[in-house]
Order: sequence, then C-alpha cells, then structure tokens
Amino acid sequence: MTSSVIDLQDGSAGYDGRLALSGVDLQVDAGEVVAVLGANGSGKSTLVRALLGLLPLTTGRLALFGEPVRRFSHWPRIGYVPQRGGASTGVPATVREVVATGRLARTGLRPMRAADRAAISRAMEAVGLAELARTSVATLSGGQQQRVLIARALTCEPDLLVLDEPTAGVDAANQQALASSLRTLVGHGATVLLVTHELGPMLPLITRAVTLADGRVLHDGPPPDSDHLHLHDHDHAHPVHDEHPSMQGSAWGLR
Amino acid sequence: MTALTFDFMQRALLAALLVGLTAPAVGIFLVQRRLALMGDGIGHVALTGVALGFLLGTAPVLTAVIAATIGAVVIELVRQQGRTGGDVALALLFYGGIAGGVLLIGLTPGGSNANLLSYLFGSLTAVSPTDVVLICLLSGALLLTLTVVGRQMFAVCHDEEYARVAGLPVRFLNLLLAVMAAVTVTVAMRVVGLLLVSALMVVPVATAQQLVRGFRATVVVALASGVLASVSGVLGSYYLDTAPGALIVVLALSGFALATLFGTLVRRARRTTDVAAPVGVALLPQEAPR
Repeated sequence: MTSSVIDLQDGSAGYDGRLALSGVDLQVDAGEVVAVLGANGSGKSTLVRALLGLLPLTTGRLALFGEPVRRFSHWPRIGYVPQRGGASTGVPATVREVVATGRLARTGLRPMRAADRAAISRAMEAVGLAELARTSVATLSGGQQQRVLIARALTCEPDLLVLDEPTAGVDAANQQALASSLRTLVGHGATVLLVTHELGPMLPLITRAVTLADGRVLHDGPPPDSDHLHLHDHDHAHPVHDEHPSMQGSAWGLR
Repeated sequence: MTALTFDFMQRALLAALLVGLTAPAVGIFLVQRRLALMGDGIGHVALTGVALGFLLGTAPVLTAVIAATIGAVVIELVRQQGRTGGDVALALLFYGGIAGGVLLIGLTPGGSNANLLSYLFGSLTAVSPTDVVLICLLSGALLLTLTVVGRQMFAVCHDEEYARVAGLPVRFLNLLLAVMAAVTVTVAMRVVGLLLVSALMVVPVATAQQLVRGFRATVVVALASGVLASVSGVLGSYYLDTAPGALIVVLALSGFALATLFGTLVRRARRTTDVAAPVGVALLPQEAPR
C-alpha cells in the first residue's frame, strides 16, 4: 500500500454536479510509466485534476506517496505539466523566469541559493532550452512552450511527473525531443503519469496503459504494441488523420 | 527651483516618488493576471470611504483604506467563486462606490461634492504632514512585502493552477494582492486622485512592455517610468497650476506613446536585418499556435 505513488480507489469527480469520472481505481507504483489514454471528454483531464487535488473527489479515496491527499504536504515531490501554459498572461516573462517558478515549491519564501539556480539551469538543459533562457515565452513555438512547462516541473526534482497532453499541437521533431527528455528522467527512476490521446514517440517508454471512456476505466494493462498503436476503442470516435493530434476533438466538434 | 522651497511641494514630491514606485510595482501583477481595471474599481469604492470620513469627522484616508480593502477583498472573492461575473462584480462596485460617495457627502453637514474633488483628481496642497508619514509607512510596507513574496506572487499570477500544485498559498496570495492594490490606491489618492490612480498602476507597465521582454525587466522599466511621470507631473503642475493627477497621467501616456514608437522602430529595424537570414527557415512548416 505505502509503496504506491498514486492510490485512487473508487474515485468519482465532476463539475457542476455532472460526473466526469465515476468509480475509477488507479494504482501507480514507483518507477512505472503509465499512460492514460482516451478520447476527448473521456475524463482524462478530470482524472489528472483529481489526482493533483485541484478537483475534490465526490466519492472515493486518494493517497499520494502513501498519505491521504487531504494530509499530503510534500508537493515538491510532484511535478505537474499542465495542458496549456500560462503563456498568455498580460506581462511577458522569459523562459528562465517561468522555469524558476517551479523551484518555489522547494524554496518557499527563502531567497534562491546557488543550488536552486543550478537546478533551474539543469532543468532547462534537460529539455534543450538552455540557449533560449532569456527569450520571452510568448514568442516560442507550441512545442518549445511545452518544454518550458516540463522544465518548470523538473526544477523541483520531483519523484512523480504528471503530464497532461504534452504532445498536443507539437510537431514530430519536438515530440521526439520530449520523448528523449522523458527517457532520461525515467532512467533516473522517476515515476511518470502521462495523459494523452496519442502515444507517438512516447510508446517505447510506456510500461502500462490505462484507457478511459465515459469517465470509467475501460482497459488497464500492458501498453499496446506499436503495430496496434491505434487499437483503442476511442479511436473510432475520431475520423481524423493520425498525424495531426492537435486537430482532433475541438476541430471536429467532438467536445 | 523655487518650487522646492515650499514645504507642501517637498511633501508632494516625496509622495509622488513613493507613489511612482508602488503603483506600478503592484499594478504589474494586476496587469499580469488581466485585472488591469481592478485599481479603478477599488478607487471608486475608496470614494465612499472618503465621504464616510467626512461624515464621521475622522481622517478620510483612514476610512478610505478600510473601504478600499473591503471592496478589493469582495472583488477577489467574487473572482475566486465563479468563472464568470468578475467583470459584472467590478461594474457593481464602480457604480456603488461613486454613488455611495456622492450620497454620503450630501448627508454630511456642510459637505458638498467640492470636498471630494481633490480626492478625485489629486491636489498639490492636499498632502498634509500626517499624509506624508502615512504614505511613507504604507509604501514601505508594500515594497517590503513585494520583495518578500514577489516571486510567489509572480508564480500565482502566471499560472494559478500550477502554483496550487506546487503547494503555494494561492488563496492567501490572491487576497494579499487585493489588499495591496487597495492600499496602493489609498496611498496614491492624495497625489494622483482616485479616478486616475489606476492609470499609474497600469500605464507604466504597458510602457515597459513596449521596450523589454521578461518580467524582471518589465518591473525595472515600469518603476522607472512611473517615478519619472509622477515626479515630473507634480513639478509641472506647480508651474502650470493644474491638478497633478491629470498631468501625471498625460505624461505617463506620452511615455507610452514614445515607447510604442521606439519599440516599433526597433522591431522593424530588426526585421529588416533578419531578411538576410536563410529564407528556407521561414518556409518550414510552423506549429499550430497555442
């Protein structure tokens, strides 16, 4: 029990009284790389928000690193990479400034020390953004912005990395770059929960796949092999060309 | 300069210096989270506080701080509650604040709207020795708070959800920002005036954005241009015999216009030099904008 990084039992959650997630069980152990798959509206993002304590569970029990979520306080152990960045705020910020906010989970109110600055630099190097440190985030491409958010999550040197659709709207080259960054992390023993509707170059990293449909777990087991990349039931709902994940969903009015 | 020999001008200039620093320093976070008009809403509510001070016979600055703080906290709570309705809440406070102020001053024996005028647009002679002490203390507290929690505030305003996962006290920081905005409005009230205070919180930030990329750089340029506008506005209004608030804002806006012109020219110059770069790079397929 205590060895589970994530332990969700019979979890239900939703918005405005409408359940987007009902009766979901999910256990993730240390060192696993788990993909959560499913179509738009299947409850993937709701699951992530519930796991991070951003959305309270209506029923069920959730423990993180063996502690009930209500008493959990070791947030620096979790690195969260949200779906969209805060790139569209009213004041521009540089890559380094945004990445540095991730370190606040560890520093609190004390000033940044040399070790903190080193961690920030390491995180930028890990995603190949070191040379763009002083660039405004708003001028970067979608894939680069996504890597900024990953670097931000890495600065607190997390044991668990939660990524919500990291490859959506990201071109093939940047997807490869993302995959190799993740591979390095996994090599260092990180646990990863990856939410996506297309695995692409991430596939070789995945140790387990959980498929959601209509807020329930449809399948939980070994990842699909590369011959059957698009075997999941959710794909029937998407008459879209596979190379363009960013076009799925909203463009087809499926949301 | 003869202006500097007068006590009231020395007080006004000191107040202008502090206001020029604090207003953009707090305003940058409001702009960052796209609440640029919040200072305006708070200013309107503070007017009710000023009139209440006249009615009760207490210092208007004190009642203004209280009213502005309550107003700001209400705005923030409404914003936290619902995804929509934030702008409607602001509108309600705008109208309620002005109407309350004018109504209360009417109820005050011997009070008239003329009493409110110096609070609405600022006044050189209005800054009393007590005001200066109060302005110094409040500005000092604001700047000190910002140096301690500035990075946290930046993280919350940049990505509130992420800040929550990182374990930052998001709700507290949001309320703290609201209270800081309210204090800033009251600090700036005597010099710039309640109707124009928001301009000094927002315009220097907008000016800085025309010139620099990056948050820290924006802070530095915004503070510099804020101080420049407020100090030269107070000096200028002595010679022109105008309300200082109006001149400060006109100067700040002129600074913004100049910065925009300069920024555009620089960007254009940069683009012309970029043409020398290989054309093929520009023809590569672009990623979907996010």
